[in-house]
Amino acid sequence: MQQILNFIIRNKNFLLYLLLMALAMFFTAQTHSYHKSKFINSANFLSGSIYTHLNNVDQYLDLKTQNDNLSEENSRLRNLLQNYQLSVKENYIDTTSFKGSYLFRPVRVIKNSYSASTNILTINKGRNDSIQEDFGLITSKGILGIVDHTSNNYATVISILNTKSKISAQLKKTNHFGTLTWDGKSPKSVQLVDIPKIAPIKIGDTIITSGRSVIFPKGIQIGTIESYKLDDAENNFEINVKLFNDMTNIEHAYIIEHLDAPEINNLLNLSNEQ
Amino acid sequence: MNSNVISQILKFIALVLVQVLILNHINFLGYINPYLYIIFIILYPIKNNRLVLLLLSFLLGIIIDVFSDSGGIHAAACVTIAYMRPLALKWSFGTVYEHQTIKFNNVDFGAKLMYISILTGVHHLVLFLLEVFNFSETLLTLQKTLFSSIFTILQCVIVTIIFSKRSK
Repeated sequence: MQQILNFIIRNKNFLLYLLLMALAMFFTAQTHSYHKSKFINSANFLSGSIYTHLNNVDQYLDLKTQNDNLSEENSRLRNLLQNYQLSVKENYIDTTSFKGSYLFRPVRVIKNSYSASTNILTINKGRNDSIQEDFGLITSKGILGIVDHTSNNYATVISILNTKSKISAQLKKTNHFGTLTWDGKSPKSVQLVDIPKIAPIKIGDTIITSGRSVIFPKGIQIGTIESYKLDDAENNFEINVKLFNDMTNIEHAYIIEHLDAPEINNLLNLSNEQ
Repeated sequence: MNSNVISQILKFIALVLVQVLILNHINFLGYINPYLYIIFIILYPIKNNRLVLLLLSFLLGIIIDVFSDSGGIHAAACVTIAYMRPLALKWSFGTVYEHQTIKFNNVDFGAKLMYISILTGVHHLVLFLLEVFNFSETLLTLQKTLFSSIFTILQCVIVTIIFSKRSK
């Protein structure tokens, strides 16, 4: 017993180092799986409120570009609305049953990050505004990511610039679909893999979300094809996609809630159980 | 003694704020960020307790981690350099360190640069190894380590020069 105590006292620095290192590694390992990093994320009261204050200052400095973006989007939506009204004028029989299956809510990105290999954004709304895990986040120009954690007033979002992010995407002109990943190199482009070799692709083609998951609706823009090559097995294309979004300058965004998601997930679970 | 503790606490808070509010958003050339906050560990008084330094470095790292959503990578890197600090001191200052008489304000500049570089290099290497977490991207890891180290070392040297008290 004496010897054990002596050993501990003699090596107390090293033992404490091992303990703290193990704790740090534990936290690190947790961030490498979805929805597990319970303690160490920026959707908490302290960092959330500090980032909100910082963002308030930032907003003033960037007001002009953000205004331009918003007015550009307004005009685009106005055009769409105009066409929509022309095409479906007075076709509804029962207006109470008309219900879209997607709900959009405006949010502000209070912490943006694009230089690490696992980038995570923080937004200024959380559980109190009915934001939940697995909601999608987009801007007027394209997709941003998927909600990971929520606290009462804040939520963290796994950016598409995250090497763990996997989002279903497809070509706009045909229905060939693949998975959107990121190689961790440039914040301007992401990679689309698993597009079959038979798909007719050209540089400059548009990539959109496929709507195969319950997170994003079909047709949200992502980017254009910058370059492509066959993968090692020579069966599928690996495509470099140049993003429409400037990921380094993000402020106003929209949360997408898919109202039918619980229903679809229930169905999927049922068929998986059988 | 008491004023010393208070000045260390103020330094701690100031460095965390500077790091998360300003330096984390520099992103020079897309991915180069200086990590100035480790100067707290580098300049921590030598004669103070090593156990306290280890615990403080862990706290410092984990706070930076909370702000940058990075799990525990900063904590791991900080604890590592806090643990190997005596080794770095011995390598750069020689046996003077054994007598615990050095003050960071009046040591040879070359030795100080060497000391800062060793700790910064180790910190960044551990940090980016854990951040990339992929041995097939070793080149990317080394590249990030090298470029960020240069910026951190430069900043640390500038800060030590600006804030050094003139020895009378």
